[in-house]
Amino acid sequence: MRRYLARRLLQVIPILFGVSLVLFVIVHSAPGNPYAYLFGPRTDPALKERLMREKGFYDPLPVQYVRWIKETATGHFGYSLRNGAPVLDQIMERLPRTLLLTSTAFLIAILLAIPIGVISATRQYSLVDYLVTSFSFMGISLPSFFAALVAIYLFAVTWRIFPSNGMIEAGQPHTFWTVLYHLILPAFTLGLRDLAAYSRYTRSSMLEVLRQDYVRTARSKGLAERTVVYKHALRNSLIPVITLFGFSLPGLFGGAIIFETIFAWPGMGLLSFEAVGNRDYPMLMAVNLFFAFLVITGNLVADILYAVVDPRIRYA
Amino acid sequence: MEPELKPALIPTEAELLREGLTARSDTWARAVWRRFTRNRMAVIGLGILLLLILISVLAPVITRPLGWGRDEIDIRYIRADPSARHPLGTDSAGRDNLVRLIYGGQVSLSLALSTVVIYMVLGSVVGAVAGYFGKWVDNLLMRLVDIVLSFPFFILALTIVAIRGPQISNLVIALIILSWPSPARLIRGEFLSIRERDYVEAARAVGASPLRIMFRHMLPNALAPLIVNATLDVAYIILTEAALSYLGFGVRMPIPTWGNMLSEANNMAVLADKPWIWVPPGLMIFLTVMCINFLGDGLRDALDPRLKE
Repeated sequence: MRRYLARRLLQVIPILFGVSLVLFVIVHSAPGNPYAYLFGPRTDPALKERLMREKGFYDPLPVQYVRWIKETATGHFGYSLRNGAPVLDQIMERLPRTLLLTSTAFLIAILLAIPIGVISATRQYSLVDYLVTSFSFMGISLPSFFAALVAIYLFAVTWRIFPSNGMIEAGQPHTFWTVLYHLILPAFTLGLRDLAAYSRYTRSSMLEVLRQDYVRTARSKGLAERTVVYKHALRNSLIPVITLFGFSLPGLFGGAIIFETIFAWPGMGLLSFEAVGNRDYPMLMAVNLFFAFLVITGNLVADILYAVVDPRIRYA
Repeated sequence: MEPELKPALIPTEAELLREGLTARSDTWARAVWRRFTRNRMAVIGLGILLLLILISVLAPVITRPLGWGRDEIDIRYIRADPSARHPLGTDSAGRDNLVRLIYGGQVSLSLALSTVVIYMVLGSVVGAVAGYFGKWVDNLLMRLVDIVLSFPFFILALTIVAIRGPQISNLVIALIILSWPSPARLIRGEFLSIRERDYVEAARAVGASPLRIMFRHMLPNALAPLIVNATLDVAYIILTEAALSYLGFGVRMPIPTWGNMLSEANNMAVLADKPWIWVPPGLMIFLTVMCINFLGDGLRDALDPRLKE
């Protein structure tokens, strides 16, 4: 296990390096001068040239890359071109809110999907199974931002059950309950797609396991159906579901951009969206790097969990 | 002494067919088609999809009786309610929503189809090279795949479009840059498993070039999962394009796509009081994506019966 862990951790380093290189090349392929508007219209062109030169704007790209990666590695992400505030501070303020939104969405999806998938599989071809498979099929086909708009229209505008935007009411204190109240609509609609996908996945995984010999053995030695399903079959059918955690992270973070924009949820997604709109280069590089780092970490955790529950992986 | 065969004991071909025991082998394509048509939802999906494509292609003809051009502005009718003049009302610029809805499929469908074809070809070549040559070539290419897959797709797509400018070509480039890794990984896996097959060995023995072995002998045998993936990816690209256009970083006005028509709902007054503006394009995306998913499921069962759940 320790060797597997070490090997897996070492693989992360070249990937992180590659991610930073790809990002740097993409952002620096931008036409024009991103710093142009930092100067007023009456700035002396000679002064402008001198400042740009001092800042290293005309250095060869490899030199700029090395400088950027050195600063980034020591935690210096620079300053937002928009408001001059340190990029890292803004990210740190917003990151927990995005993690709250995405992890709630993920939890809703997984906690509902597993029982739904199991029930659907144990009653294959029944009415319940038919309904579950139809709804999950629609769920994976529904554009999630359209679902969010419909949810706002129904729950916030028509029935006025949930608020349509923000994290708290203006002028009121942050309490657990107000945040939770504001969280329900965005988290549920963000998790909807994964809910549908996981139900399908759990169902087919469960059907696969229920056909195995050891399940037949368990049945034939007279165990109660409930014990067979929930103790013998479920545990094994959940093994492949663990990998979904890694797979769904990019989608959840990508979704965070759309959902935070729609629901005015003040997290990293909204920050990224603003950075994109303002072409705020230091912020763009930082948010991309942060999200990539989160995805890599998530995949690492999923792989390790997988190796913990399935010993065959470790020795492969 | 020869045993005499009684004619009654020899089954007719029709009987064999009924039993599924026919000696006459179907061509591969006919067998696939037969399995495909057995899946009713897949056939319906394909039918609706073809209809949607036809509507998109014929949009200029279909919309002529409605009396409004695609971008034509009816200046006294801004965000108008549905009426005989504008059956689905008008948008914030006073353009006819129904006409734009009919045109909306043109960009969404053609963009998704062409993007998927391009990156499937690109990814297959990369995957084929990695899987065939193995060793350091494979290692290098697969690390590149890992790197691209580490980015949250949507955020990097948004960044690329924002940086390169709002042309449709940049949107396509961004989607290609981010999407080629999954077919590459798929084809590489297939190639690793068929590399040692006898027919590949035989081709090598008679002196076929690597290129010929890869694309003439191996690729056709790895095509089934690729086709299924490509189909399902069209749905994914349509959703991504719609989301990017909704946020204002995909296809821009005045060119209508179902995604950017939905961005009218960014305005709370439209979202709350004028659902006829934003619900129809959303439903069109939903319908299209669902049909493609049905088609993809049907193709999977038809092309490779072993994959069936």
